[in-house]
Amino acid sequence: MKTDNTGSMPGDRRAPMLRRPFFWIIALVIVAFAIVPAVGNNVELRESLLLATVYITLASNLNLMLGYAGYINFGSIVFFGLGGYISVYLISAEGWPLAAAEFAAGAAVSLLALFFGLGILRLRGAFFALATIGINEGVEAFVSNFEPWGGSAGLYLSTTIFAPLGGPMRALWIIYFLLVAVMGASLYLSYAVKTSKFGLGLMAIGQNEDAAGVLGVPAPLYKAIAYSLSAFLPALAGGLYFFKGAFIQPPDAFDLSLSTEAMVIVMLGGRGTITGAAIGAYLYEELRGFLLTSQSFSNFQLVISGVLLLVIVLFVPGGLMGWIYGRWPRVKQVLE
Amino acid sequence: MDGVLIGSVYGLAAMGLTLIWGVMNVVNLTHGAAIVAGMFALYLLTSGIDMPPYAALPLILVGGFLIGVALYWIAVHRMIGRPPLMILLSTFSVNLVVIGLGTAVWGTGLFNVAVALPGVTWRRYTFSGTHILAAVLTAIIAGSLYLFLYHTRLGKAVRAVANNREAAELVGIPTTRVLSLSFGLGVALAGAAGMLIATMFPFTVLSGDAYQLKSFVVTALGGLGNPAGALVGGVALGLVEGFAAQFMPVSWTLVIEFVLFVVVLIIFPRGVFAFKRS
Repeated sequence: MKTDNTGSMPGDRRAPMLRRPFFWIIALVIVAFAIVPAVGNNVELRESLLLATVYITLASNLNLMLGYAGYINFGSIVFFGLGGYISVYLISAEGWPLAAAEFAAGAAVSLLALFFGLGILRLRGAFFALATIGINEGVEAFVSNFEPWGGSAGLYLSTTIFAPLGGPMRALWIIYFLLVAVMGASLYLSYAVKTSKFGLGLMAIGQNEDAAGVLGVPAPLYKAIAYSLSAFLPALAGGLYFFKGAFIQPPDAFDLSLSTEAMVIVMLGGRGTITGAAIGAYLYEELRGFLLTSQSFSNFQLVISGVLLLVIVLFVPGGLMGWIYGRWPRVKQVLE
Repeated sequence: MDGVLIGSVYGLAAMGLTLIWGVMNVVNLTHGAAIVAGMFALYLLTSGIDMPPYAALPLILVGGFLIGVALYWIAVHRMIGRPPLMILLSTFSVNLVVIGLGTAVWGTGLFNVAVALPGVTWRRYTFSGTHILAAVLTAIIAGSLYLFLYHTRLGKAVRAVANNREAAELVGIPTTRVLSLSFGLGVALAGAAGMLIATMFPFTVLSGDAYQLKSFVVTALGGLGNPAGALVGGVALGLVEGFAAQFMPVSWTLVIEFVLFVVVLIIFPRGVFAFKRS
């Protein structure tokens, strides 16, 4: 990285948060997400942006592992699904209010991730990736057989559940704004991690784990913390998403294709970049909308994701942001 | 006892995986797709042109080999020497394409290939004919692989590349060709295993993931890059499965296998049945 001594250049990582342009760019994106569909009560746009917030949340949290630490997590959807299950269960069976159920779900999933993480992160590289596939299969099999959570039939919420939020119409808007907040928190989390010493340690692990260890980066601990950190916000998003649908069952909660899509998004936008994860998620959401509505392609969504991923990995490993950085290096000073 | 017969087929599948792993240090995530491709090749050949089921085996081996070599050049060759993360992603994306195409064409329903073979009864146990024949064919394929690796010049080259790629290159072994050959062999073995599994159990387009996970467990048990260990590991997994099935519902098997996988990797990183290779 280029260093300079003036101390207040835009984009300087030592500048106070509020004077960095990227901080305000994120704020602008969040405000735009919140205001644009609310003006004119545009429900259709809201539903499409709602999916985009979920994608951005999943992708930027996956980026903590995949982009920063260089560890593939094939099972990032586990956090989303488990978060959904725990909060839906707490709301339906225990009668908890939404906010309490959400935070309980987030905390429980993070703790679980820390526990899993300390175990499987002793495995390195490919073994870790394989173990995450196993975690996904294992958790799904567990939930499908777990009677209090309805087994393979899943859990339903009664229609009166939206009453405390002022009826279904208003509740859907509230959920949307909360999801935008979760997305914003994900972007800020990525940014905060990236500019911290912890983030630097993760990047070092991503480049050469042995060398990082020699230089005093506690690699297993850092990886476990990153894994756990990347679980919290997707769990919240899952809770909100399935609360909105008022219904959850194992194939939806642990849909492996969502994990895959998050990976395609991160690679499409550019591994390890925050802007890339956000733009990639938005682009992918648009592409997906197009594919699902088009007659000839609706069955081939998975195939197209696969081809897209293969082409990126083979020919543009830096993704969109890598390409932009290569062309206009100055962009790197503003967009992280 | 039936576990031994089924487990040997798991071993065959894992041999394909472990061969690729050992020779080129690549984790092949197209493995599950190759297994499913073997299953559907059998289904198409038997239902489409009325071929007797076991006559499809040589065809699948040859086809799998050619497809594997092609896959090597498409998705793997450019990735050699790049970070391992990239090769995981590239093989994973090929897997997506294959499974996606399969889902689009056949949906995710259950398929079944009916093979009429008389069972064998010994004392109070009855063994199904397909299971016995699958184990016998596995033994034949594994034996040929052994002969190839240890008694041919090309097999020696494969072992040399697995041992030290740079040194093999220095003594004039065409390593790139050896790598593509090994990848082809690995995919062919996976396809054959898929075909044999399809003669025993019903399957879907999505079965590949479960069998891929089993192959990884077997590979971990048998030691990475160790074909003989893979066969023993496969039999061990078959026994564990048969044993576990008496105590709990079948849907728990995957959880058990996954736990086994992680525990084995952490406690025995070199494999439980890792024999010393000469």
